[in-house]
Amino acid sequence: MSDAITPEIVEALLPEVAELIISALNLEMNASEIEPDARLFGEGLGLDSIDILELALVISKRYGFQLRSDNEDNTRIFVSLRALTAHIASQRTK
Amino acid sequence: MSAVPLLGHASLDAIFAYRPNGALRVRDFLADVEALAALLPAGKHLLNVCQDRYHFTVGLAAGLISGKTSLQPSSQAAETLRQIKTTCPDVFCLCDSEFDHLDLPRLDFPQSLTTTETTAGPRVNPEKVAKIPLIPANFEAVQLFTSGSTGAPVAHGKSWGRLVLNGRAEAQRLGLLDQPHSIVGTVPAQHSYGFESTVLLALHGNSPFWAGKPFYPQDIVAALNAVPEPRLLVTTPFHLSALLASGLELPAVDMLLSATAPLSVSLASEAEARFKAPLYEIYGSTESGQLASRQTTADLAWDLLSAVQLEQENGETIAFGGHVEGRVPLSDVIEIRTDGRFLLHGRHADLINIAGKRTSLAYLNHQMAAIPGVADAAFFLPDHESPDGITRLCAFVVAPGLSSRQLLAELRQRVDAIFLPRPLVFLDQLPRNSTGKLPRSNLQALYAAKVEHVER
Repeated sequence: MSDAITPEIVEALLPEVAELIISALNLEMNASEIEPDARLFGEGLGLDSIDILELALVISKRYGFQLRSDNEDNTRIFVSLRALTAHIASQRTK
Repeated sequence: MSAVPLLGHASLDAIFAYRPNGALRVRDFLADVEALAALLPAGKHLLNVCQDRYHFTVGLAAGLISGKTSLQPSSQAAETLRQIKTTCPDVFCLCDSEFDHLDLPRLDFPQSLTTTETTAGPRVNPEKVAKIPLIPANFEAVQLFTSGSTGAPVAHGKSWGRLVLNGRAEAQRLGLLDQPHSIVGTVPAQHSYGFESTVLLALHGNSPFWAGKPFYPQDIVAALNAVPEPRLLVTTPFHLSALLASGLELPAVDMLLSATAPLSVSLASEAEARFKAPLYEIYGSTESGQLASRQTTADLAWDLLSAVQLEQENGETIAFGGHVEGRVPLSDVIEIRTDGRFLLHGRHADLINIAGKRTSLAYLNHQMAAIPGVADAAFFLPDHESPDGITRLCAFVVAPGLSSRQLLAELRQRVDAIFLPRPLVFLDQLPRNSTGKLPRSNLQALYAAKVEHVER
């Protein structure tokens, strides 16, 4: 697994992950409209747990790793586009 | 007054639950119940929002032995909590994780109860537990909530005696009384299906549950591997389809249970083939509790649980008998076959069910219309249902001064996220007819014009 995930690597991956969210969930917006640090749940994009399961599946297929929740909070990885992207960058196998 | 035991186990040394740090016996559970009961505030209403199934059940039982009713709303939206506070001013909440409890008094589940390592904090010695408590059969143990058409959540009281009958009827149907299973549930302990099929089955179906609530496919696999066989997976079509699509190696499972949303025969067949285990669906409602089951691949007709009966009058179907409290009208269109089994033919028009959460269009319209700045509004549920039950609501709104973001932020305060409209369409006016009514056909046409042709 990659050992040095720099902010630059995450930044560069943001648009691709934003595009993935939009296409997986069929949202009516452009990828550039997802603010990297805004919450994906609640205020912000207003995603829910069904969206997460759908996204988790797409992410596991695209990046070759399975999402896990280390605690009860399944949404933590999805707190923002940047958090999700950083998680993907650190866990991806492809 | 008759009394019913808290648990149906024959021995205090039987296994009650599994946690990551090991198995807990009935006596361990009862010791935790007793310790927690001593900490509960004076109020008679307990809002139990514990995420951990074991914590939740300890909270429920501590309430039962102290004469406190467990409130289990279908949503934790701020507006719902405010309304509960109005109806039950003495309510307090029991939490084991972050929870926006507003101004409700809050008790955190004591860490000392489930960790053997620490000695600090409240504890009762499990070896000194001598008997299983008895609870008055007519005590209102739980209130489950549905959303009424006028905005306020409607409480449905469940007596302890009926809940025990409910758990036993399901356990009997699934054969758990003869062959206990380890239960892994992906559904919350608070809502009717998860409450009945994990908590009540553990208390009165002699089947220990896994304390966690696995979510991602990898979590479900890990939870299943953590408990001994035979195993029962209590889940929903969403978790099941995600699990099957994940490509993960599936652990041995001996029985699958699904509810909350329609399950396609193809998903049921795939699940049975991959797990080499039967899959049963449960039918019920919050008001009636679970009523019937079917093995989807064998027969689409539903088989009533023990002692439950259906009766039809004026096009409405009423459930009664057994564990059902009173006579409960059902919101589905039902055809009773001559052999006593029945078929479901969809829901009555106004009621909707998304991902197992129920509400009515009237309720949603009422909530949206109550937002300052909204002149008119109508939710619409499109006809085309996706195969395994995930259909998103659409809403049409007239709100000249509001942005989509503002309106959604307001709406989020009032309704569960699953009901947020996607898309939300702003209009100058709604296509009401001359009497001010908004026929579904008009909304259908509007939907076709504004939404359908812009989708993929």
